Amino acid sequence: MTNKIIFNIIQVIVVMSLSPLVKGVNDRMKEWIQSRKGPSILQPYRDIYKLFHKDEVVSEHCSWIFRITPYLVFITPIFVTLLIPVLTDYPLFFAFMGDMLGGGFILALGGFFATLAAVDTGNPYGPIGASRTRMVGFLAEPVFMIVFFTVSFVAGSTIPYIVQKAWVTPLSNFFEPSHILVMLAFIMLIIAETGRIPVDNPSGHFELAMIDESKGLEYSGRGAALMKWGGCMKFFVLLCIFLNVLVTPWGLASENNIGAVLLAVPLVLIKILAFVIVLVIIESSLAKLRLFRITEFLGAAFITSVAAMIMYFF
Amino acid sequence: MTTATLTQLNALTGGLFLLCTFGIVAMRQVLGILKMFILQSIFLSISAFLLGYIHMSIHLFAVAALTLMVKPLLIPYLLKRMVGNEVTARREISQLVDIPSSLLIAVLLTILSYFIANHLLSNTTPIISKVNLPIGLACLLLGAYTIIVRQEAVAQTIGILTMENGAFFAGVSIAPDLPLIAEVAAAFDVLIIAIVMGLLARKIYEKVGITTVGEMNHLREVEKL
Repeated sequence: MTNKIIFNIIQVIVVMSLSPLVKGVNDRMKEWIQSRKGPSILQPYRDIYKLFHKDEVVSEHCSWIFRITPYLVFITPIFVTLLIPVLTDYPLFFAFMGDMLGGGFILALGGFFATLAAVDTGNPYGPIGASRTRMVGFLAEPVFMIVFFTVSFVAGSTIPYIVQKAWVTPLSNFFEPSHILVMLAFIMLIIAETGRIPVDNPSGHFELAMIDESKGLEYSGRGAALMKWGGCMKFFVLLCIFLNVLVTPWGLASENNIGAVLLAVPLVLIKILAFVIVLVIIESSLAKLRLFRITEFLGAAFITSVAAMIMYFF
Repeated sequence: MTTATLTQLNALTGGLFLLCTFGIVAMRQVLGILKMFILQSIFLSISAFLLGYIHMSIHLFAVAALTLMVKPLLIPYLLKRMVGNEVTARREISQLVDIPSSLLIAVLLTILSYFIANHLLSNTTPIISKVNLPIGLACLLLGAYTIIVRQEAVAQTIGILTMENGAFFAGVSIAPDLPLIAEVAAAFDVLIIAIVMGLLARKIYEKVGITTVGEMNHLREVEKL
């Protein structure tokens, strides 16, 4: 019992401490592909550290929503971390507190407040980005739902710890057509949800073309640091759901002792970094879509997930 | 390799085949549609090969080889030669229903074909037909849908070829013992379709300057007001 609580806390610490590293590696590799040198992979840590030591400026026209949002954006991925398998393949203390839909709702709460906060200030670019994020969110929602329905129908449960074993026992189930299609749909979903090319350009600096980034433009100091860190953690958590639950539930600790759990940390990190390479290749080989083409992109994700469901049902 | 593994591989091929068919409905440019068609034909050939292995039937191996030769290689080559740069032009195709709605209709058609196939098949039919028949049927319907919606001659040609692919995909599973002569005849038929329609599209292009046949609904050229 105590062990499980401690492991849960270790999971949270791992997500908090390693998520900026994943972002740093991602940025560095993208620069490599463009044959540039790129910032150090520790740059996100330095950014967050620097921002924590700066003064915070808050507009006098904004309300409490603007102030509370960084904390919400920071804390919602931590809550989700308690629910999903990050390091272990057996349920931990908080695992049955909520299922995958619950995790989705908690993540959506952070996104919802980030949108409100963007509208809250007088910055004209905030509402543009906010409404665009909502558009992408609305289109991504049905895909999320269908993917979760398919996965939980296959496993007979919506708890991620139980779902993760359904696709790989026996191993040949990995090549089930519905599994492959769900994987494809979820990759498209991750790209849309975390604002990556072809949906959004995370490293762009042109406010009119921004979707995800323009929501955080008004933050400075501690608020900006928390928003940044929260964004990294959300990315990390989504990758954990994708890799540990849907695609490769291997390398996780299966024994109830601290050594096995600590051994799982590098294994999970290797898995995530390998997937980041795939994401970087996708991002570098595609062009950004025009705004109203995003419907087509997510429509494709939707029919992929529906095809997965149909192929499983019949 | 056991039959179970092969069946599963066949199901996976079927899933990817269906995905390519959706791609034909969703792509914006002629070149993209052509690429999707090539991929789809390759999956068709893989499926025929797997079924041939399961049934130990030399006919299906011949069908797989024939498909691999004719559809992904010969037909794109012929279309490119016949129609010229109209195929490879990176121009967007005008279509009657926009792409997101088309995708939703495509999903509905797929569900419909699964329903129909479910009623056609009894419980004793082999599992392979249960995978192949509905996907083939869906591909047939989606090809017809492509012909209705797209207004471009080349895209419509690929729609017809898609329908043919769908019929083949269902056919190899329900009638694996079809005489080889019928398969050869079908393959040549497809080839002739591609040549004739390619030539026709080229003539239209030479006369009118476009291949957007969907917009040609007058007998004579009308005066533009």
